[in-house]
Amino acid sequence: MLFRQAGILHTNYAQDRALFPIPADRWMIGGLLLLAAAAPFYMSTLYLSSYMLPWLVWTAAALGLNLILGWAGQFHLGYAAVMGIGAYAAVHAQRNGVPWEIAIVLAGLTAAVIGSVFAFAALRVKGLYLALSTLALQFVMDWTISHVPAISGGTQATLQAPDIRILGQAVTSDAGLYYVALVWCVLVTTFMLNLRRTALGRALVAVREKDYAAAVIGVNSFYFKLVAFATSSFIAGVGGAILIGTFYHAVTPEQFSVDVSIQALAMVIVGGLGSIIGSYFGAGFILLMPGVMNAFISWLTTQFGFSLGIETLAHLPHALYGALIIGFLLIEPLGLGKIYGNIRDYLLVWPFGYVKK
Amino acid sequence: MDILLLLESSLNGALVGLMYSLVAMGIVLIYKSSSVPNLAQGAMVMLAGYVILAFSNQLGLPLWVAIPLGIVTMFIIGVGIERVALRRLAGRPIIMILMMTLGIEIFLRAGSMTIWGGTSRPLPLGISDAPLFLGPLLINRAYAVGAGVAVAMFVLLVLFFRTRIGVVLRAISDDYTAAWSVGISVERGVALSWAISAVVATIAAVLWGSVQGVDQSLALLLLKGVTVAVLGGLDSIGGALLAGILLGIVEGLASIVLDPLLGGASRELVDAAMLILTIMLRPHGLFGRHDIERV
Repeated sequence: MLFRQAGILHTNYAQDRALFPIPADRWMIGGLLLLAAAAPFYMSTLYLSSYMLPWLVWTAAALGLNLILGWAGQFHLGYAAVMGIGAYAAVHAQRNGVPWEIAIVLAGLTAAVIGSVFAFAALRVKGLYLALSTLALQFVMDWTISHVPAISGGTQATLQAPDIRILGQAVTSDAGLYYVALVWCVLVTTFMLNLRRTALGRALVAVREKDYAAAVIGVNSFYFKLVAFATSSFIAGVGGAILIGTFYHAVTPEQFSVDVSIQALAMVIVGGLGSIIGSYFGAGFILLMPGVMNAFISWLTTQFGFSLGIETLAHLPHALYGALIIGFLLIEPLGLGKIYGNIRDYLLVWPFGYVKK
Repeated sequence: MDILLLLESSLNGALVGLMYSLVAMGIVLIYKSSSVPNLAQGAMVMLAGYVILAFSNQLGLPLWVAIPLGIVTMFIIGVGIERVALRRLAGRPIIMILMMTLGIEIFLRAGSMTIWGGTSRPLPLGISDAPLFLGPLLINRAYAVGAGVAVAMFVLLVLFFRTRIGVVLRAISDDYTAAWSVGISVERGVALSWAISAVVATIAAVLWGSVQGVDQSLALLLLKGVTVAVLGGLDSIGGALLAGILLGIVEGLASIVLDPLLGGASRELVDAAMLILTIMLRPHGLFGRHDIERV
């Protein structure tokens, strides 16, 4: 099969520690990258700008949350608020004439600084209490964003986001915006893939497993928690700025409410804690699910000739979304990434299944 | 500032706060027995409101029949949630458990709106709108009734924890391994605590439904409930009662002092600030046990 491991003999450490030690993985990644890069040429604009683009942007965001949740093991219920900080920072910077390239870095830095406030909660408490305090911070941020006119432009206001300009060139075409999202997503993915192989990544995992055990072997858990929150907030901030720049084109406080935080959490949980490919699956699943459900329900209604009220139709996908989270936690707590891993493990030794026991 | 106005608003705030503590009690009951922070308590209140309305409006039963029926239904639903969703997660990381209760929250909230629709509908208890006069102070009659029921509920729970089953629950919350080893069925105890907390949620639903109608906003009581529960100490029912009064008074005063300064809607901010301050300064709350894990 594709994944055959036989005959792959690493003769030095560098080969063994390569990002993708198995050639099949390299070929697949290369193929997928080519497909992704060529997407504007074979995909209709509808698919490109309303499915592919948000999927990539949200995948990058989910990866950032996965850094906190899956790697460092710290609960974060205020992720959307951090994304919102980045989005508002970028929009305000751009409106004041800062070039886009600098504006998104500013967005990331602002988010990292404010997001580290969440880290101070994490330095003090953990587990449930951390979850609750991040939830409370989400409410505080929401409130601040919507009630300080200097940030939101007044309550109920919508701020128009200026066009993305790269080196002075305005990016307005669907393909251009798609490439912005693609490059960002690939960057974040590369960073996360390499995180596994660095001292930072291993330290984070040590902190996740048991923080005082990490302290015993000389890992400063305070420092690494702070780094984890700052890094993930940076990703969130830039992600929020890119989400606004490429997809929404305008920013309102509701785009980053507590429900969005829970949605991001659901992406990570459904995808799999600490799984990179899982974040892709999870983001795609959570984003596509409502649309697919709506189509499925309307298909059912025409097929069986019954009709549902408007309110029922509006809330049913949401209920199914809740049911899906429950189902995943019960059946496969490590999510879609784990399912993919199982299939891959099976194929690695196929047809000699008895090799792995 | 008018001292009478402040007094009046803090008195009404205290009564509202006692009604918050009804929601908090449900969270505390579950946390005590199984260390599960139930973020679905708000959604359970909302579901209970819809269930009672279904009995009274769709089946045409009088309210005094519908409410006990609602209590029985919610008892079964509470046991069901524990049996189906939470029991299999025992011993898993807290992230999974929290996410599960969030999933249940979404499911119950959206599910009840799928079945019954999201428009707000009244749940009239027949409490008159005329205010009570306590000297020069005006008191909202619905809040006064709600506060009375909350205190009654607290007394009932205290009495319940003195019965045989109550002692079993206390043993489980003290140390469930030890409880297990002396032959107590921990699973049944935890299921029972979910059921009781669903019943408390039903009572909260009746009171809050009569005040603000039955709709999605009942689920938003979660933030208040969590704040009160944490402030009082997550494993102390009496703490929930006192913390409810405290939060209510602070909210009442804040809405007078802060609203003109901040342009309204300061209640949510006050809740969140109280929650953060409690967690930062005193994670085990006012009356909770001190063994809560600090970093």
